[in-house]
Amino acid sequence: MHLQVSQVSKSFGEGRDRKLVLENISFELVSGQFMALVGSSGSGKSTVMRLIAGLERPSEGTIQLDGVPVRRPGSDRGMVFQKYSLYPWLTAAQNVAFGLSLQGRDRSEIRERTAYFLDVVGLADAARLLPRELSGGMQQRVAIARALATEPKVLLLDEPFGALDLQIRESMQEFLHDLWKRTGLTALLITHDIEEALLLAGTVHIMAPRPGRIVHTVDVQLDRSDLRHLRVSQPFLELREELASRLRSLDGSLL
Amino acid sequence: MARSPALRRFVSHPWVLGVLGILTVFLVWWLVTASGMVDKLFLPGPGAVWLAGSDQFQRGILVADALASIKRVFIGFVISAGLALPIGIAMGTNRTICHFLEPLMALIRYMPAPAFIPLLIIYFGLEELPKVMLIFIGTFFFNTLMIMDAVKFVPSELVETALTLGGRGLPILTRVVAPYIAPQVLDTYRINMASAWNLVIVAELVAANEGLGKRISLAQRFLRTDEIFVGLIVIGLIGLMIDLGFRFMMRRACSWAN
Ligand SMILES: Nc1ncnc2c1ncn2[C@@H]1O[C@H](COP(=O)(O)OP(=O)(O)O)[C@@H](O)[C@H]1O
Ligand SMILES: [Mg+2]
Repeated sequence: MHLQVSQVSKSFGEGRDRKLVLENISFELVSGQFMALVGSSGSGKSTVMRLIAGLERPSEGTIQLDGVPVRRPGSDRGMVFQKYSLYPWLTAAQNVAFGLSLQGRDRSEIRERTAYFLDVVGLADAARLLPRELSGGMQQRVAIARALATEPKVLLLDEPFGALDLQIRESMQEFLHDLWKRTGLTALLITHDIEEALLLAGTVHIMAPRPGRIVHTVDVQLDRSDLRHLRVSQPFLELREELASRLRSLDGSLL
Repeated sequence: MARSPALRRFVSHPWVLGVLGILTVFLVWWLVTASGMVDKLFLPGPGAVWLAGSDQFQRGILVADALASIKRVFIGFVISAGLALPIGIAMGTNRTICHFLEPLMALIRYMPAPAFIPLLIIYFGLEELPKVMLIFIGTFFFNTLMIMDAVKFVPSELVETALTLGGRGLPILTRVVAPYIAPQVLDTYRINMASAWNLVIVAELVAANEGLGKRISLAQRFLRTDEIFVGLIVIGLIGLMIDLGFRFMMRRACSWAN
């Protein structure tokens, strides 16, 4: 798998209302990689993700998946939104099965895969519950299982834990890291939380707003055998502080 | 007031107070008529109304009238609801269709449906068609615009998730939009059913051979206020049953939305 974002710019609106939201974004993502985009809100992170998902088209530049230009949304790029994305009338299992049944897979395959992916996210017991009966963290795990069930080449996560309480967010980060190690998925995570990005991603791009652009890229080399330990370790805290001050100076220079 | 907790719980049940409210009116009605304060010709007592009702029932006219009115409402409303659903969805999902139709519908919506009666009589005579048309005209535009609004409020995340799962076009309509708006559509129908029921009576007051409205206008001619009351109460009861039926369907079919 090779995702290639080359010199992508995006503007919304026409004429005098035209607004440049992304300018000259380039990066590449390969199989098994976990990448994060960090930036303050309004820096165009979601727009990058929507362009890759095919929900928007770039104004300039190209996005290619395995050499094929992205033209429309498709199940090879799974997406998890911040919230409100489970179908409230479907049970957890039916939500996970949704993509499979849209693709017209046969029943026994759907049943098998649904059970498998519910199990992968640790929700086998919640199969028959409706979204409103699930906690916020469980809902996001169902959303992740649903996106994984169609076996996308890349998983796009747009602030998936942004709406969760701090404690649950931390356990979800550990869950996601564990999931990545177990399944070898390829992920692009969007977050405004530097800690989250550093904990999970091998490569972190820092984005600045107006117009949205990548201003700094870090390759994170940290020992991730124990995330809880990593969170409070010296090298991690130093790196976090360095990036935080970079972000602050970006915001400061705009005031 | 309520001393024991059991009594208080009983009284605070919504049904209990509702029934109590209705009983109060009946009681006042009975007291006023039994005291002889008002002329029976103007305000018959509950007993007289019951007698008039059971007389109509035994002669078979009550059921025939009710069926005639229900049939008109049913036909008119099924056509209205059936057409409003696809058109409302089309307007809610397609901007061009919406811009084309919305001003037109918003305009017609404000023309009182009964004002169409003379025209309908000129065009379609005095048979069933003008009555069914009246119900259609009086509910179609409301049904359509309310369904359009429901579609516009489908969260974009739900549609976009389906797109990223490999969904396209029609399946997204039937498997995302339709289930999401189902509770609002049922509620729209429930609300507009009330005006359909109003309109059928209006239409029958003007011209009809049978129907609950027709019976009321006949009763007026012969100063039979007891029969007018029978008509009013039966119309109210049927309306209430239809309303409860819709609520029941909503609870059964859309339990996720509660
Ligand atoms: N469909 C759109 N039309 C117009 N402006 C948009 C649209 N989508 C996003 N924007 C603008 O682009 C900027 C970046 O938005 P977004 O990508 O959501 O940022 P982030 O996810 O980093 O918070 C914002 O100023 C937003 O108002
Ligand atoms: Mg965003």
